[in-house]
Amino acid sequence: MKIKKFLFIIYVLIITPVNSSDSQTILLEVYKNLRCLVCQGQSIADSNSDFAVTVKLVVQDQISAGKTKDEIYNFLISKYGEWIVYQPTFSKNNLPLWILPYLIFIVGGWIIFMIIRKSKHSKVN
Amino acid sequence: MKISISKIIIFSFLIFFLLVFWQGLKKDNSYDTKSLIGSRISNFQLIDINNNGKYISEENLKKNKFTIINFFASWCAPCRSEHKYLLSLSNKKIKLIGINFKDKKINANNFLKELGNPYKFVGKDTDGKISILFGIYGIPESILIDNNLTVIKKIIGPIDQIQYDEILKLIQ
Repeated sequence: MKIKKFLFIIYVLIITPVNSSDSQTILLEVYKNLRCLVCQGQSIADSNSDFAVTVKLVVQDQISAGKTKDEIYNFLISKYGEWIVYQPTFSKNNLPLWILPYLIFIVGGWIIFMIIRKSKHSKVN
Repeated sequence: MKISISKIIIFSFLIFFLLVFWQGLKKDNSYDTKSLIGSRISNFQLIDINNNGKYISEENLKKNKFTIINFFASWCAPCRSEHKYLLSLSNKKIKLIGINFKDKKINANNFLKELGNPYKFVGKDTDGKISILFGIYGIPESILIDNNLTVIKKIIGPIDQIQYDEILKLIQ
């Protein structure tokens, strides 16, 4: 019974804030993906610079107007270039950035597999 | 001597990463808006700073062969240094639109009274949201556009003699 109560409290603590602030979560997600152009390596979520504060206002307006995350990113890219977003867009120029991690994962797995197989063979022999 | 395929792959990846990092170190990472030259500005409406019912939109700017949209504020020291160039440009074949950025109306009017008003229209951007529509990230900033509202030049920071000469060359 005590365990059930404990699990219930944990569930309430974790789930409730997420559900009650969906738009806040989206806002924060968008802020974190936007680069503060006048700061050194900071997203607009981490910055209180004039530029970051203004971009936050614009993002809030666009979220209230029902714009999706992609629409907001595309709008800001059209004004500031692709540098404003941390996550690169899926385009011909950015293709290696998207494909390479998967490629490395597959090739790395294959190399590990070959090494293990080789060591097993040498142990048997 | 037998060379395994995995060794060749590992070596190729190593060379590839070294080339990527080498290129990354060579590349200039400072932000500029050169890539935005040639893009078009759209969907804006500027309200007069003195709230006298006047406003301008893209249709008004299409009538001018060339327009400079300049973001300024009375609290911005570099804006003072570029003002003489703006006054001089206002006497050429070019229309100047000023957008007063995050400023008090009285201070902006005093600034223009003191230094002279080079603008055909002065709009207000009290909370800075309009600056985002124009891709501005600090002031002073100026955008030279043609009658198709295409960005010909973006000047980040105050206009100096070199940029003034470049603008004159571009509008000829």
